[in-house]
Amino acid sequence: MYPSRFRYESPRSIDEAIALLQEGGGEAKVLAGGQSLVPLLKLRFAAPELLVDINDLPGLGYHTVDPDGTTRIGALCRHADLERSTVLPTRQPTMAAAAPLVADPMVRNRGTLVGSLCHADPQGDWASVVTALGGHVVAQGAGGRRSIPMAQFVTGPFQNALGYDEIAVEAVIPAPHGKPAGGYLKLERRVGDFATVAVAVAVERSHSVVTRAGIALTGVGGATINAVEAAQALVGHPLTARTIGDAADLAARAAQPRTDHRGSAEYKRQVVRTFVKRILTGVNEPTRKAA
Amino acid sequence: MTQARDEIKIGGLGASRKRVEDNRFVRGKGRYVDDIVLPGMLHMEILRSPLAHARITSIDVSKAWQIPGVRLVLTGDMMAARNLAWMPTLSYDTQAVLATDKVRFQGQEVACVVADDPYIAKDACEAIVVEYEPLPVIVNPAQAVAEGAPVIRDDKENQPDNVVFTWEVGDKAGTDRAFAQADVVSTLDLHYPRSHPSPLECCGSIADFDRSTSKLTVYMTTQAPHIIRAAVALVAELPEHMIRIVSPDLGGGFGNKVPVYPGYVASILASILLERPVKWIEDKTGNLISTGFGRDIYLRGEMALRNDGKILGVRMYTDSDHGAFFSDAQPSKFKIGLLHSAFSCYDIPVAHLVNRGVYTNKAPGGVAYRCSFRVTEAMYFQERMVQAAADDLGMDQAEFRRRNFVRDDDFPHRTPWGFLTDSGQYGKCLDVGLEAIGYQDFLTEKEEARKQGRLLGIGISTMTEPLGAGNSREYDILGIKMFDSAELRVHITGKAILRTGAKSQGQGHETTWAQIVAHELGIPAEDITVEEGDTDTAPFGMGTYASRSTPVAGAAVSMVARKVRAKARKLAAHLLEVSEEDIEWELGRFYVRSAPDHGVTIQECAIAAYSNMPDGMEPGLENVAYYDPPNLTWPFGCYIATVEVDPQTGVWDVLRVVAVDDCGVRINPMIVEGQIMGGLTEAYAMANMQFITFDAQGNCVGSNYMDYLLPTAWETPGYELHEVVTPSPHHPIGAKGVGECATVGGPAAFVNAVMDAIRDTGVRNIDMPLLPDRVYEALTKRHDVSGAPPVRTDDE
Ligand SMILES: Cc1cc2nc3c(=O)[nH]c(=O)nc-3n(C[C@H](O)[C@H](O)[C@H](O)COP(=O)(O)OP(=O)(O)OC[C@H]3O[C@@H](n4cnc5c(N)ncnc54)[C@H](O)[C@@H]3O)c2cc1C
Repeated sequence: MYPSRFRYESPRSIDEAIALLQEGGGEAKVLAGGQSLVPLLKLRFAAPELLVDINDLPGLGYHTVDPDGTTRIGALCRHADLERSTVLPTRQPTMAAAAPLVADPMVRNRGTLVGSLCHADPQGDWASVVTALGGHVVAQGAGGRRSIPMAQFVTGPFQNALGYDEIAVEAVIPAPHGKPAGGYLKLERRVGDFATVAVAVAVERSHSVVTRAGIALTGVGGATINAVEAAQALVGHPLTARTIGDAADLAARAAQPRTDHRGSAEYKRQVVRTFVKRILTGVNEPTRKAA
Repeated sequence: MTQARDEIKIGGLGASRKRVEDNRFVRGKGRYVDDIVLPGMLHMEILRSPLAHARITSIDVSKAWQIPGVRLVLTGDMMAARNLAWMPTLSYDTQAVLATDKVRFQGQEVACVVADDPYIAKDACEAIVVEYEPLPVIVNPAQAVAEGAPVIRDDKENQPDNVVFTWEVGDKAGTDRAFAQADVVSTLDLHYPRSHPSPLECCGSIADFDRSTSKLTVYMTTQAPHIIRAAVALVAELPEHMIRIVSPDLGGGFGNKVPVYPGYVASILASILLERPVKWIEDKTGNLISTGFGRDIYLRGEMALRNDGKILGVRMYTDSDHGAFFSDAQPSKFKIGLLHSAFSCYDIPVAHLVNRGVYTNKAPGGVAYRCSFRVTEAMYFQERMVQAAADDLGMDQAEFRRRNFVRDDDFPHRTPWGFLTDSGQYGKCLDVGLEAIGYQDFLTEKEEARKQGRLLGIGISTMTEPLGAGNSREYDILGIKMFDSAELRVHITGKAILRTGAKSQGQGHETTWAQIVAHELGIPAEDITVEEGDTDTAPFGMGTYASRSTPVAGAAVSMVARKVRAKARKLAAHLLEVSEEDIEWELGRFYVRSAPDHGVTIQECAIAAYSNMPDGMEPGLENVAYYDPPNLTWPFGCYIATVEVDPQTGVWDVLRVVAVDDCGVRINPMIVEGQIMGGLTEAYAMANMQFITFDAQGNCVGSNYMDYLLPTAWETPGYELHEVVTPSPHHPIGAKGVGECATVGGPAAFVNAVMDAIRDTGVRNIDMPLLPDRVYEALTKRHDVSGAPPVRTDDE
């Protein structure tokens, strides 16, 4: 397939990249892993005049945990880096559970977490994970840096809060206060498939009482769904069959699925309910297959 | 014994030699159509219809012509001016090359642009302005025959409705009598969804018309180059000797590359008009939405049963959805292909089948997606009906099959719909399968699991199928009989080149044909080059599909090698100075019967053929054989799957798959096993995830690999393969077709297993693919789940 004509630049510094975006004046696009943008180009669903390839920008491939427990993921950190991470399984179990479920191994070698957040696909996995963890995105433009909470970053299907000349430089997950636990379950038809339904759950507990909780849903609405009420139902209590059941029901209610060739709305709600329950009851081994 | 051992050593029959073609494929040195670059070559892109049914009110190509680098814009009107807007189909209908009056399916070819590069051609396609007036859309047979349905083929005279044909076979009155005597009548309704063969390489062609020689060379993705040459000669009215079709390496075919597509025709016309080579390479979406699909057929099945498990008679009422043009690519004389080969492995006294074919606003051109035409549907319907019948009788599904199998000593056996099966050991195959899976133990395990709320299931599928199109009585393409051919030339040093009329697209002919020659002549397989696909050099043949290569072309290879051996025998007699009658043959060597040490090798005969022939003998050692098989071959397959269904999500996992295949003598067991594993994977895909469906507006759902799912190594289950060998009684080396058995027989094994796991719901059928939501719906709502289009959406 043959995309429309475009100009291509690969700047060596963030400043240079921002200058190019300004020059493009809204007709430019950042190219990160290319795993969402290139398919759009080849189908001619997107036809930007200028591609600003950020892959040569130095020092953005990291994912680290600060001494205070804050997790930072640089704009060029690939899904595969997170899948193979040695720090995530203990420090960010929800992220660790999600990483091997994003796309397929080839896509994971190139695609980036930050790019996935920017792409704002309602079926994207990372947006739910970062939402459940209460994270934010750091954007850099000509005027400097600003932080955008994940809940405000996605403004609609395939729309984000970045200005046309801003680059998302990192995603940040705040330090947990209690002991972090959680998981990510995804119903996919085969490896590399987008989620029919997926659920991210993150809880922090202190003396087995939930101090913070986040539940977010993939693929069951026009954008990632932050199931705030469902999460709130857990806070202040230990995890019991009752609180878990309540949270699962509230999450199912928060979903806004559509009936399509992947399943009926009713079915998708049921899967949300089942997945919330399974993650919280600890059935959430980070296995390959969702269910 | 020593002969067998020697034979393996030279890569003969039974040797699992590595595929010689893989040497270039794994190195990235395959040469596909898209790899070919000719001097001065231009590029063609196709503009397709976004709508499924609409009248074309205007086409404005002026902006496209203005783009620099555009060389030609073709529309339906321009084709019509050359009498090429429509072309005949292999099923004696007509098909639009470029739309003139209406578009009749989403993705239909509307215009073509030829330009200096494909980017420009694509830009120019986007610059063409087409105005459409939408018409009501039909996406299934019920809509097609409904009162007041719009007539899709209003271009045809005498076509007042959307029925393409009604076709009937069997004994209606006799079947009615059998049903009158039945203790139990079992019924089943289901849909075999539309699927797509989806070779990784899409279709494409490079047409190169040379005005100075008047010769047209077309490099083309085709499984049947000679048929294409004949078709081009007839359609384009070019002299046949001035046409050369070359089918280079093919990236898969699976039936998709049998038909003639508008892109081929347009590229040929463009090359003739421009006098330059024109390349057309289809993209994945174009391939999935417009080219030959598989299946899409509805069944109402009825079985008359006696309480002791005997099947007394069968009725099948089927509706087939052919899309907008009846361009089924099939060579049989039967309108609905070999659908009536259903139930051939069972001893059924009488049966009746009626099929109604309809036009819909969907892509045309059913192909035999890895099967003899419609055999996959036949065997799926058969094995689903068999399971339902066993359930209705409360009988064990293995036992029910065993009671109804044609017995080993009942061959040849005439089926109720007229086929003649010739060999098999059906009961033995089933026993091997049951033993391998541990049938009784699994039934116990399943009961235990059930008490804990876990849903385990086991599914069996057993079938014999007609492979090898054909024999010339019942099969032809455009009147050309379904034989095949081989030409063998032994060089001076005893090396050889073999050419056949078949065309490998992954089956490994370069490897196995050499093995047949090695078996017949004792020339080591590695000394034999195999060539196919170039009509200027290969003998006339009908190509590769319907598992016909080994049954037909493979037989021709045997026969031509035997002709060569007969001449070599004369040469040997001359060299050994004895008479021919005094000579014996062992692998690779003639010797004097009375003095076995006194002999000559086949290689020595080869030299003699060019340097020391007896007086009066024509020099050279080569021959050609055309083979018209006396019958189809009838392999047998027994496929057993076990599954576990998750009651909360409807997701099912395959636990084990056992396959027992009896394809007669195996030429290269490794390649046979590869074919079976590939077939099982396609079967699993169709049962689990794969289908092309349509919404109410006729939009194709499944137009790219995000929606049309090919299973990856990750979810593909492991397979346990077993074999039984019943040689074909008529094939020269006893081989039967096998390339398609597992695709044909496999789906029912998976579906039967899931249905078995949810047996307690009383649900009789869930249509393929058994998506988790469909299984969940069956589990919770306890009703059958249909998968017929249009797909359910919120918009209704
Ligand atoms: C076959 C396949 C299967 C897939 N399956 C899944 C799946 O199951 N789950 C899933 O979540 N995703 C899936 N994806 C998408 C994949 O995860 C992408 O990698 C991801 O969505 C985008 O990341 P990227 O780095 O590739 O971004 P790109 O494709 O380079 O960019 C995507 C968009 O974000 C913008 N962008 C990217 N980075 C920045 C930045 N730093 N600042 C500003 N804007 C930026 C781009 O301009 C573009 O608009 C799949 C992709 C493919 C091809």
